[in-house]
Amino acid sequence: MAKITYIEHSGSEHVIDVKSGLSVMEGAVKNNIPGIDADCGGACACATCHVYVDEAWVDKAGTKSAMEESMLDFAENVADNSRLSCQIKVTDALDGLIVRMPESQH
Amino acid sequence: MGDKNNGVVIVGAGHAGGTAAALLRQYGYEHPITLIGDEPIAPYQRPPLSKAWLKGEADAQSLMLKPESFYAEAAIDLILGTKVARLDRESKIVELADGRSIPYEYLILAMGARARTLPIPGAELAGVMCLRSAADAETLKAALGPGRRLAVIGGGYIGLEAAASARALGAEAVVLEREPRILARVACQVLSDFFTNYHRAKGVDFEVSAMVEGFEGVDGHVTGVRLGDGRTIPCDAALVGVGAPPNDELAREAGLQCENGIVVDEHARTADPAVFAIGDVSWRPMPRFDRMFRLESVANALEQARQVTSVITGRTPPPHEVTWNWSDQYDLKYQFAGLPFDADDIIIRGDPGTARFAVFHLKGDILEAVEAVNAPAEFMAGRQLIGQRKPISRARLADATVSMKEVAA
Repeated sequence: MAKITYIEHSGSEHVIDVKSGLSVMEGAVKNNIPGIDADCGGACACATCHVYVDEAWVDKAGTKSAMEESMLDFAENVADNSRLSCQIKVTDALDGLIVRMPESQH
Repeated sequence: MGDKNNGVVIVGAGHAGGTAAALLRQYGYEHPITLIGDEPIAPYQRPPLSKAWLKGEADAQSLMLKPESFYAEAAIDLILGTKVARLDRESKIVELADGRSIPYEYLILAMGARARTLPIPGAELAGVMCLRSAADAETLKAALGPGRRLAVIGGGYIGLEAAASARALGAEAVVLEREPRILARVACQVLSDFFTNYHRAKGVDFEVSAMVEGFEGVDGHVTGVRLGDGRTIPCDAALVGVGAPPNDELAREAGLQCENGIVVDEHARTADPAVFAIGDVSWRPMPRFDRMFRLESVANALEQARQVTSVITGRTPPPHEVTWNWSDQYDLKYQFAGLPFDADDIIIRGDPGTARFAVFHLKGDILEAVEAVNAPAEFMAGRQLIGQRKPISRARLADATVSMKEVAA
């Protein structure tokens, strides 16, 4: 279990307990948090679950696969701390994680 | 116009309907929402039924769009296992098969599509199945395993994904296709050849130009598929994956205009301003391609769900998307975008022999569609270029040493 803070582009914060084993994307979608669309449901096929991982958590969130890197390359407003949230698996080590959402996923 | 207290009624609790209900609440809609489905379970994702779920890599819980507690918490009245008998547009009422009537201000039709059945002898035998619902998937999964043989009728995405999953579960698989090549309706020859070869290397057999005449059985259970040339292909189970017509009967009976699906405008609205249709059941404009079409994809369902819920809540609908979809088979991620209606040429980037390549469909220097295998940059850049209608350099596109960033620049 990890407490994750999702911050919408508008600044609205949602603090959610997410079960280990789920992805950061699933934590948002299952709780109907706006701002993460995840059209493909987590297949790393669409790049509509883009988030900015808080700088303090970038290393703990793990490394990007070549697939994720390529998908992100063509998303809007990508930054160094951009990730596809379907590719970040929740573990106890991510307790306290903060992610921010882009203005749009499309 | 209508009475706000009657709220939104959504007929069809699939990916489109379930998403529309959730988005209405995300967008601050405060009136009643009723979501009606004929399946016994809350909205779930269908794509994994032929992929990760079938292979045992995803559980039932992970398929659910939202946890079961969500609907009560969000004040969405979820009515499951219930058919709709009639739409009364005059009185703005949905009549359920159990006799109840539910009034609406706005009606969203999201009845989806159903697996086409084959009207041939033996189709009623046990072991002859389709794959559309979670219940179908349970039946199929139970039929697969070491020593079993699955015959797939129809070499489309569903059939190929099921064949790949069957192999992963240790079953044999044979694909029977009516056309001279698999994926004939949905992909180009290069992709057909590539997938045929890839599946063959994984042990899947193919019979193309195969006319299926009937199923043979013993004690009421299928034992083989009889072909037009007199041969019988032995099997323990037969999956029929030959397309999915739209469930538009309720709309037709209610006098809404239907073609191959319910006719809607670019915001998924029918000619009746109180009625929308989204997802597989809609016959929709394709602004990028200047025509009407029926799309059968999650991306389409979600795009239209966003349009409709934006209109109902007074938000600006999002810009139109370039249609796209994906398929997972073995270790292949196949992504495609656009539609090659008007294309007059193809460019292949990369080598299909390496299982990492893309086929671009062009009209002159304008990109119309892309089919990408394990090539996410080609897919993502292609999708953007299709939407932009920007002339591109064919020579650079064909040169895999030039990055897609540079091609798209």
